[in-house]
Amino acid sequence: MNLENKRKVESFIALALSGLAAAVGLFWLTYILIDVLINGIGALKVSLFLNDPAPAGVEGGGLRNAFVGQLMITFTATLIGVPVGVLGGTFLAEYARGRKISRAISILSDIMVSVPSIVVGAFVYAILVRPLHHFSGWAGAFALSIIMIPVVLRTTEDMLSLVPWTLREAAFALGAPYYKVIIQVVYRGAATGILTGVLLSIARVAGETAPLLFTSFNNNFHSTDMSGPMASLTVTIFQYAMGPYKSWHTQAWGASFVITLFILALTILGRMIIKWRYKR
Amino acid sequence: MAIYSQKKSCDLFFSLLTAAASLTVIIFIIGILVVLIKESSLALGKFGLVNFLASTVWNPVTGIFGAATTIYGTFVTTALALVFAIPTAIGIAVFVTEIAPNFLKSPIGIAIELLAAIPSIIYGMWGLFTLAPIMSKYVEPALQKTFGKLPFISTLFEGTPLGIDLLTASVILGIMIIPFTASIARDSFNLTPAVVKESAYAIGATQWEVVKNVVLPYSKLGVFGGVALSLGRALGETMAVAFVLGNNHKIATSLFDAASTITVSLANEFTEADSAIYLSSLYYLALVLFVMSFIILAISKFFLLKAERKYSR
Repeated sequence: MNLENKRKVESFIALALSGLAAAVGLFWLTYILIDVLINGIGALKVSLFLNDPAPAGVEGGGLRNAFVGQLMITFTATLIGVPVGVLGGTFLAEYARGRKISRAISILSDIMVSVPSIVVGAFVYAILVRPLHHFSGWAGAFALSIIMIPVVLRTTEDMLSLVPWTLREAAFALGAPYYKVIIQVVYRGAATGILTGVLLSIARVAGETAPLLFTSFNNNFHSTDMSGPMASLTVTIFQYAMGPYKSWHTQAWGASFVITLFILALTILGRMIIKWRYKR
Repeated sequence: MAIYSQKKSCDLFFSLLTAAASLTVIIFIIGILVVLIKESSLALGKFGLVNFLASTVWNPVTGIFGAATTIYGTFVTTALALVFAIPTAIGIAVFVTEIAPNFLKSPIGIAIELLAAIPSIIYGMWGLFTLAPIMSKYVEPALQKTFGKLPFISTLFEGTPLGIDLLTASVILGIMIIPFTASIARDSFNLTPAVVKESAYAIGATQWEVVKNVVLPYSKLGVFGGVALSLGRALGETMAVAFVLGNNHKIATSLFDAASTITVSLANEFTEADSAIYLSSLYYLALVLFVMSFIILAISKFFLLKAERKYSR
């Protein structure tokens, strides 16, 4: 075989292998998604959303407590995480633009985004749960907001940096102080980008389980009291899936389906906003 | 700077507010480190550093704890996961950037990014209900039949395949980090200037030669950073492995043994720790994990920044 053919064959084999790798990877990933969808849809009943859990081993019941708890914890985490993240990103992109401190915080935030979330849970346990002697929804929300802040901070920084500097100069020229320029000009220019970052950060924390295990813990009863232990969908999935009862497993699939759908919807919405805003 | 000449108090207030908000990140990192060291000081004093890291004893009854088993489990699952994930992820990236027809590129890219958003607990639960039975019924007996009689590597495939073991956990962890690794690798590949690739084609290179000799060398910094980032993520992943690893504190020599990782021990034992030394040892584990992943993530960030600087020129 001459050299030319050998190179062609080699190229074909290598590319076929990488195509095969891609097919195998995508196969498993779609398998997971379809499995969750099929098992989840079967588990969806009105009672899943409206009833509280039945006693262990008894058929029926629902996960109302977990849905309510999850919403409250995620919402509170968003209320803490988004303002702090947006303001922090503002500092990096505006007041400290181009300075060493801005660079350092930006890099540390990137690291913080990937730090093991269970360590964050252990941290919050030590500062908010043990001193108060009980698990609480607040502690869970705080743990999630620690994970959320660096995510929001980094996207805000990136989005504000995209706003042209000349726009700020135009506002300065009218005599506006910097904080007014930021709030009335820069934020408006970057609003959709920041909104996308917020959506994606909510999607990120909504699926977190590990930081909630030792903070908001779990609660088999309906509770809207953030200062006591609180159920969340993710911790309930962990408990129910590891449990011995068939009805628990079905409900865990149902809960997984809802949470996956919620997160995918947020992610797709975020991507569509970016596309709509920045492709034109 | 013009900013600071604006001596208005409102402006000062707003700048301080934003500065405080951005400092929270540093406060959290330092706070986590300080709290973990403080909480683990009891175990740190009793077992020391080397002794703790090297001891394979984990006995809540006698109150003697060592980290070797969990660190071993963490490294084995992570290493195996990377072995499964990296070739697949790079295959996906090559496929998306070089081979796929244009109408497929964007859908596959979006699909990968959506899959990266699925929370790890979904992967873990799927592993328990769907993958573990498949592994114990088909894959693991087949592996045992094929490799179980070969010398040297036969110990890797000993024992009853139950599906709750190192291999299953590593496969799930691998599947979980594929989308993440693939999307970073794809972004790095995309940074290769079209002109350079076209020059290679113009002198008669085949498609694979372009990938091997132009795209990969050009993007190796970025890919390396991405792999390190996946490594850091996999080390600290809890829920994907917690379902199928069995939390068994021993140095498993077979892939079909139940084992434990730092994260799995924390998730299973933290709320059950009944003595001060037990809880303190768990905090010690958390400290080890935090320091390890922080270092690896910092290394990955270093490479990604270097890559970025190289391309932005």
